[in-house]
Amino acid sequence: MSRNVTKLLPFVDEVQVSRPDDAPWTSALRQEGFNRYRESGLPTPRTEAWKYTNLRRLAGMNFAPNEAAPEGVAIPEDHLVKIDGFRAVVINGRFQANLSDLSGLPRGLRVEGLANMLRKSPALLEPLLGRIAIRDNRPLTALNAAHLDDGLCVFVEKGVVLDKPIHIVSIGAPCGDEAASFHPRLLVSLGAGSVATIVESHVGKGAYFSNGVAEFVVGADAVLNHYKVQEESDEAYHLADTTLRLEDRSTYDGFTFQSGGVLARNEIYACLDGENVDCRVNAAYLGAGKQHIDNTVFIDHVKPGSRSREVCKGVLDDQSRAVFQGKILVRKDAQKTDGFQLNKALLLSRGAEIDSKPELEIYADDVKCSHGATVGELDADALFYLRSRGIDTVAARNLLISAFVAEAVAEIQSETVRDAVSDMVQVKLEMRHEGRVNER
Amino acid sequence: MPLLEIQNLHATVGDKEILKGINLVIKPGQVHAIMGPNGSGKSTLSYILAGRDGYDVTKGEVLFDGKDLLSMPADERACAGLFLGFQYPVEIPGVATMTFLKTALNAVRAYRGDDPLDAMQFLNYVRERAMVLNVTDDMLRRALNVGFSGGEKKRNEILQMAVLEPRLAVLDETDSGLDIDALKIVAEGVNAMRTPERGMLVITHYQRLLNYIEPDHVHVLAQGRILQSGGKELALELEKNGYGDITGAEAA
Repeated sequence: MSRNVTKLLPFVDEVQVSRPDDAPWTSALRQEGFNRYRESGLPTPRTEAWKYTNLRRLAGMNFAPNEAAPEGVAIPEDHLVKIDGFRAVVINGRFQANLSDLSGLPRGLRVEGLANMLRKSPALLEPLLGRIAIRDNRPLTALNAAHLDDGLCVFVEKGVVLDKPIHIVSIGAPCGDEAASFHPRLLVSLGAGSVATIVESHVGKGAYFSNGVAEFVVGADAVLNHYKVQEESDEAYHLADTTLRLEDRSTYDGFTFQSGGVLARNEIYACLDGENVDCRVNAAYLGAGKQHIDNTVFIDHVKPGSRSREVCKGVLDDQSRAVFQGKILVRKDAQKTDGFQLNKALLLSRGAEIDSKPELEIYADDVKCSHGATVGELDADALFYLRSRGIDTVAARNLLISAFVAEAVAEIQSETVRDAVSDMVQVKLEMRHEGRVNER
Repeated sequence: MPLLEIQNLHATVGDKEILKGINLVIKPGQVHAIMGPNGSGKSTLSYILAGRDGYDVTKGEVLFDGKDLLSMPADERACAGLFLGFQYPVEIPGVATMTFLKTALNAVRAYRGDDPLDAMQFLNYVRERAMVLNVTDDMLRRALNVGFSGGEKKRNEILQMAVLEPRLAVLDETDSGLDIDALKIVAEGVNAMRTPERGMLVITHYQRLLNYIEPDHVHVLAQGRILQSGGKELALELEKNGYGDITGAEAA
């Protein structure tokens, strides 16, 4: 690195690498994170992976020192995914047992705060925590590790089939007048042959920076449905790094809906580290105002016979901007891989922008891989057709927009979650319209 | 009062003048047919009536129920009771036909000051009308016009008309792409909607449709003007002699 380039190194002034109750490996994990982050600094557009998402404004913000979660934060029920399930509440990265509803957890399911578990059963965490998330070239993942403190752990024992979803409600809130920053961690381990559904609702109020890292291990023959809704406050920065390790014949059905935050990046690294894995990483987003929404997905086919599917559809209004980076890597041994990637964006305004970067990197010779990307605007003929039946312009546009997004939402395998997300899209579109009318 | 009154209507698309002074009066209960060769301005007229963008009206006016039609946005025209049956109905993936029909009907009802129909009332309301037109439940469940055959699309247009119960229906080449059986179903659907209050403007290239939907008046549109008007026998003459006589006579 050349000397005249100033490294941005916010968020580490207060780092406490070793703490009194630490197991040695926990301190080591923080230390390694801290070293790696100090080495790279906050990513800038000079790094290829961050070419389209600029964190300069985030780096210049003032944040409150790392303190306990603010008191008296209300749960914004209206903004959560509407599903019945066990509920684990996390405020500013800290697990809140008193706000959670984990009564009646079945045998073979453990849902606990990470801080608590680090104290009580560190041996259970040692082989997993920080071992799944990739360590190279992930400055924010390293930053998160440097702050390793709290979050949530979900352990599903082998063969356990859960009929109720686990709903993780993550709430962000400022610390008094100052913006908050937090680095929560989620660790999910599904034993062989188990079945689980995990839903994440990310919501909040005011200014904060959420830098989450999630690690998932899906054991052989296990099935994980994982749905995330990012509805952060309109002043929030949401950076999230999710790493999946998918073992033989496992199934992962993932979907991310993003419509919150001033800047949000949801990064997923799926390592198909088994044969005959079924991996679906789908997404939808709605951008408005000056929002920046980034979906970066890396699918790594390591072994033969696996399928991956990625459908990402988004709608951008005003001066909002989206980034789609989708890479499929098929390694030499991953013969008979079936990879599919589709990225479609709908631009509603001249000021909106999408940067789309699909990539296929294939080293095996017997594979089926395809990708497609389109950018378009609302179909004027369709709009006129609807209006000619008495439907006003706003309702007609909303019908067409939800129809566009519906194609991605339809990928969600869980019917209840699919319906809930579909309703959220509708509500969001109506709210945005009302917001516009009120502004006038 | 006439239902529709078109007075000296001139319209251009880009620099090209398409309509060069159309005059037409439709009274409640009347069915008028406009016939004419390709490129005569038939579809332009229907689109201008329905309020599609891209046309400049340079002269003249259109009164619908005595009100200035051209100043109303497209959706308001539909709510006020104007219906356009499209020559090429648009396919809209992701929008279920039933959702579309319900949104449209409740918009029109709201404009008239009627309460929206609840799910059950609506289902019965649509099924009753769908049955007459041989529109199956399967079609109603599918995305709007997506994967519909030509005949299915046209039946779906007439179903929309039956659901919205307009005061004036403009049917643009409703017969195009239909075989004789489909044509009969569509024509029966249209005839079932003839009432002393409702007006219809049937636009067609061929006389065939008019065997099934009998017009009270027939007009020949060519080169942007109505060159001749008459009773239904005019359609038969055109069938026999073609448009050449009329358009040629005008030129001479």
